[in-house]
Amino acid sequence: MIGADLYTALPEIVLALFAMAALMVGVYGSKDKLAEPILWATAAMMVLLGLYAGSKGLDAQTAFNGMFIADAFANFSKMIILFSAAVVMVMGQSYMSAAGLLRFEYPILIALSVVGMMLMVSSGDLIALYLGLELQSLALYVVATMNRDSLRSTEAGLKYFILGALASGLLLYGASLTYGYAGTTLFTGIISTISEDGMSIGLLMGLAFMLAGLAFKVSAVPFHMWTPDVYEGAPTPVTAFFATAPKVAAMALIARLVHEAFGEVPGDWMQIIAFLAAASMFVGAIAAIGQRNIKRLMAYSSISHMGFALVGLAAGTAQGVQAMLVYMAIYVTMNIGVFAFILTMSRDGKPVTDIDSLRQYSKAEPLRALALLVLMFSLAGVPPLVGFFGKFYVLWAAVEAGMTWLAVAGVVASVIGAFYYLRIVYYLYFGEEIEPMDTVRAPVQATLLVASAAIMVLGVINLFGVEGLAALAAEALVK
Amino acid sequence: MLNLLSIITFTPAIAATILAIFLRGDDEAAQSNAKWVALVATLATFAASLILLVGFDPQDTDFQFVEEHDWIMGFTYKMGVDGISILFVMLTTFLMPITIGACWNVTHRVKDYMIAFLLLETLMIGVFTALDLVLFYLFFEAGLIPMFLIIGIWGGKDRIYAAFKFFLYTFLGSVLMLVAMIAMYVDAGTTDIPTLLQHQFSTEAFSLAGWQIIGGMQTLLWLAFFASFAVKMPMWPVHTWLPDAHVQAPTAGSVILAAVLLKMGGYGFLRFSLPMFPVASDIFAPLVLWLSAIAIVYTSLVALMQEDMKKLIAYSSVAHMGFVTMGIFAANQQGLDGAIFQMISHGFISGALFLAVGVIYDRMHTREIVAYGGLINRMPVYAAVFLLFTMANVGLPGTSGFVGEFLTFMGVFQVNTWVAFFAATGVILSAGYALWLFRRVVMGELIKESLKGIKDMDRREKLLIAPLVAMTLILGVYPALVTDIIGPSVTALVDGHTLALQAHEAASQLVQN
Repeated sequence: MIGADLYTALPEIVLALFAMAALMVGVYGSKDKLAEPILWATAAMMVLLGLYAGSKGLDAQTAFNGMFIADAFANFSKMIILFSAAVVMVMGQSYMSAAGLLRFEYPILIALSVVGMMLMVSSGDLIALYLGLELQSLALYVVATMNRDSLRSTEAGLKYFILGALASGLLLYGASLTYGYAGTTLFTGIISTISEDGMSIGLLMGLAFMLAGLAFKVSAVPFHMWTPDVYEGAPTPVTAFFATAPKVAAMALIARLVHEAFGEVPGDWMQIIAFLAAASMFVGAIAAIGQRNIKRLMAYSSISHMGFALVGLAAGTAQGVQAMLVYMAIYVTMNIGVFAFILTMSRDGKPVTDIDSLRQYSKAEPLRALALLVLMFSLAGVPPLVGFFGKFYVLWAAVEAGMTWLAVAGVVASVIGAFYYLRIVYYLYFGEEIEPMDTVRAPVQATLLVASAAIMVLGVINLFGVEGLAALAAEALVK
Repeated sequence: MLNLLSIITFTPAIAATILAIFLRGDDEAAQSNAKWVALVATLATFAASLILLVGFDPQDTDFQFVEEHDWIMGFTYKMGVDGISILFVMLTTFLMPITIGACWNVTHRVKDYMIAFLLLETLMIGVFTALDLVLFYLFFEAGLIPMFLIIGIWGGKDRIYAAFKFFLYTFLGSVLMLVAMIAMYVDAGTTDIPTLLQHQFSTEAFSLAGWQIIGGMQTLLWLAFFASFAVKMPMWPVHTWLPDAHVQAPTAGSVILAAVLLKMGGYGFLRFSLPMFPVASDIFAPLVLWLSAIAIVYTSLVALMQEDMKKLIAYSSVAHMGFVTMGIFAANQQGLDGAIFQMISHGFISGALFLAVGVIYDRMHTREIVAYGGLINRMPVYAAVFLLFTMANVGLPGTSGFVGEFLTFMGVFQVNTWVAFFAATGVILSAGYALWLFRRVVMGELIKESLKGIKDMDRREKLLIAPLVAMTLILGVYPALVTDIIGPSVTALVDGHTLALQAHEAASQLVQN
């Protein structure tokens, strides 16, 4: 029995053991000189595990008495998490070593947080959920302060830690309430309690607190305050990481919690999520207008995008979950492209993040500017780019579930949001000329930027089967 | 020719891709290559569209040249044309080579300019040929991107403000239509336009947030589509983006904006609002008719006061689009015939007027009316051309402008005589501003020092404007060229509309009894 359990959780175990082994090698080896090989090895490991998760595909397995679930939903989410984490790590490598931040702990911490994320999307139990979340968060707190000589970076890490601890507290409080009223921490147990005895007020409180804690992790309004500061303060590769994999994990975790544990009473959480969605879309869109720092701008942009993904969840249907998964896959692809670009922004050899520095960039680097233009329009959700289809999918799910008001709110917010994406295009193509940024030779970043933009264009012809996989994943979750 | 429509639609896009990938450098040779590639591509598109016109059977009111393929997310890629859309395709392909020719003197980022126009052509043709809601929306919205860049990069002094206003204004209008489209999809279970044309959307009244919605779902859907098309058209009072966009856009951009992009709104009314939501269209017809009458009178008055030539023509465009909406929502044969005719004819006339302004702008670099005067002394050919299009704009019999206005008046007179009366005063006003413009720019003595050396139109400019002159006159004396093609489809549309209204009437009487 235990053998089968271990086999089910094999990817997590392998990655965790790998991280520990790498730690030993790093500590007893030649320390930071080994950082680069460890980073590449970790990335390779993640890609392999991602392929493995993909190959497992549809078969649903549970382990440890239902505390751990490896189904199509978990596998789909793990694929996005592992691939995006690997890509983000590789593209940030040159930046980190140029800034002298490439310590050997960096890839190991990322690997550990990824283990946490994989556990999150596979959790079938409140304890497993909490353990996964904390493993992920603790690793991320440290990574945020990677640049320990910088005031901003340490401030970002501290802020993230304190607010994150508060959110964990809320979550834990909600979990204990739920345990108290349901008598079990297993999702399957909670749902059968609800279907037998109905939803008690204690369970409702528990659900609300847990959603509040998780909303913090996806940086949904009103739990978003940490996001801009952390995005700005953390080293750019770390910011890129924050914007991608952890968001997918937390979003998938919310989906799993509400559907597997509280799927009997969709009305109770749909309104909470609908509120979070509407508030995030609007605050993200409006607050980004005033931002001059591209990392802060991307922070608000990601808040707004999380709002859209939550619209899919708020629909409370399998179609909604599918829409959310497709949205997250598209969102991650776009963000990798944009952050690959931000990594190359520099003047006089120093990284810059001011959007003013983009003025007339299209003259210096036509191809990169064009790719960024495509990504900006895609982020804004303008057809024919793939970002539009992501939005279309979630809006469709919302309308189908009878939440037309939420869809209307979403499209209005997307028009407001279009303004700041357009402003970046304006700087790129028709801003006044200033002293141009350095023309950096950055093959990895440029390739990723262009590839991400190309996917946004070519995806119109074929979405590479993502929507089919997402549909299977959603069916596995919503029975 | 199974894929003729796709070939027509995507030839410009393929040419744009070729330019983007293979053309390097920004020297004179590269620039001229870019222009020639664009010209050849647009001419080839026009030639292909002529095959389409020849093969088109006007008597058949169904969609023709239909193509259908599976597409992402369970949608279908479906294209086709009927009597209503084919002439818009022709208008676009006809005008594009002229537009490319109009930017022959551009030297700033020529390659990008050509790519933007070629992509824009693909998107514009796609709007008129798409037979799937999502595909239609995709083409409809995507056109904003190249136009935003055309205004923003190659525009005038206040181009940034104009580009943002253009984009956000039209984007806000369209997103509501997106929600309506999703609601239609959920209701009908398909995004196929021919099927949706047969689908009856509920007209049962319900209350929403305390408001009683008469006409039910149809009303809400109609309003959402109206928000989009009214902005695009543009109708008073949401027309304010147009003068800004026109003034700041480069000549070629203005031509395409006035001649084709504005027609998307009218086409949308004809394709969606009227046939799909007949009851709601009937409920709102008086509103639209009065808004059109206000637009005609108000914008004509505003046009009288303009000091900028492009702005004047832009306001006159809004007034002329007022005739179009008036004709469409008169919802009878003459009205609809007139509306489509007016759109086609306005495409030639306004395009030519913006070209004409471009001719003197290229020489003097100002659009201020006071900077000109007495051009007839040095530019006789230009004066003749400008006179012709001024008269066509006014709606002089013998030009295409007259036919469209006359038919829409006939249509609307049967429905609402007061609207027809007020709109007719707009014709007088249009004669006022157009003739006054002509008087101030062309007539009189040439006294301005700066104009002493001005040269008449050169061969390229004459060549560009000649087809427009021909079309304006031919359609003016032989309008059957257009009405024969659109006639049967329009008849089918009007019949369907009347039938739907009668059915609704009968059903509501049944409820009352």
